[in-house]
Amino acid sequence: MSGKRFDGGLFIRGARDILPLILAAIPFGIVYGAMAQSLGLTHWEAMGMSLFVFAGSSQFIAVTLLASAAALPVIAMTVFIVNLRHMLYAASLMPVAEKIPALLRVPMAFWLTDEAYAVVANRLRAKLDDGKGFYSYYIGAALIMYLNWQLCTWIGITVGEKVPDMTNWGLDVAMVVAFIGIVVPSLQHTAHWACAVTSAVCILLTYDWPHQTGLLFSSVMAIVVGIIVLKQQQNTAERRAIHE
Amino acid sequence: MNDYWWLIVAMTALTFIPRYLPLALAGKIHIPPLLVQALEFVPIAVLTAIIVQASLVRDGAILVSTENHYLIASVLAFVTALLSRHLMLTIVVGLVTFSVCRLQLF
Repeated sequence: MSGKRFDGGLFIRGARDILPLILAAIPFGIVYGAMAQSLGLTHWEAMGMSLFVFAGSSQFIAVTLLASAAALPVIAMTVFIVNLRHMLYAASLMPVAEKIPALLRVPMAFWLTDEAYAVVANRLRAKLDDGKGFYSYYIGAALIMYLNWQLCTWIGITVGEKVPDMTNWGLDVAMVVAFIGIVVPSLQHTAHWACAVTSAVCILLTYDWPHQTGLLFSSVMAIVVGIIVLKQQQNTAERRAIHE
Repeated sequence: MNDYWWLIVAMTALTFIPRYLPLALAGKIHIPPLLVQALEFVPIAVLTAIIVQASLVRDGAILVSTENHYLIASVLAFVTALLSRHLMLTIVVGLVTFSVCRLQLF
């Protein structure tokens, strides 16, 4: 096992595990392509954003802000803030990233999305793999996500020209229900539920903050509450153990 | 190069840096155990906020109404996920619910 650079089996497994999320991302990518071309981006500009930026929500925000004639530095800053959540994702991958050569972490970072992270986070929690195994699994999931995003952008650009009202169909609902399917089964302890409920309440109080800063605020608050509840439970359990 | 391409270059850098920085630092800095525990809450914390915002906030305001098809789809998807713990089934129930509401089949 140790001499092997890449685990093909885990690569395939990663690609397979992300399939439901790929299906959910298809309408999202198509709507992005349709929106981008309807706002006057050339085909190559719309495609280029998917190829080089590869961040669904950022791309949506960018084209939405372009439509409202926002200044380009404002768009760039907004994109940066919205993507700070990826920094949280990357930080949570740090313990396993230690075992992966530095150069190989570059594609890992470039292909880090909500979807890829959601799938690998399950795998990471189960602690099934060594560094190489995890990397193979990650790249399998992330690569197919990337290729699918390019294909869907292209379809969106092409079909959007012929069906201009497609952007109002609400196809983005697919991503929302997919995230529900990911999060709910991961709520296994009281601390997890406390975290989720805090996140939900906070975002309802802060959704109108500028540049999606409410999203970051809510995430941080939810993590803090989750940790507090977890610690409290651990303390109670210890005290009970001492009494018994 | 026109403005849009410059925007794409800027966005590429600004999306890559936050994704890469922690990965680049992995192994070089010590992560306290409390932070490791905190980071395990990241998917729940972030994804829940995205879900709730997308389901309840329509056109810049909270909309709790049967006219909010996103909310109806999300609630049924939530119940499905709770009972079945099955990702694909959750997605299908959510999408079918949304389509039925949208097309006003009932």
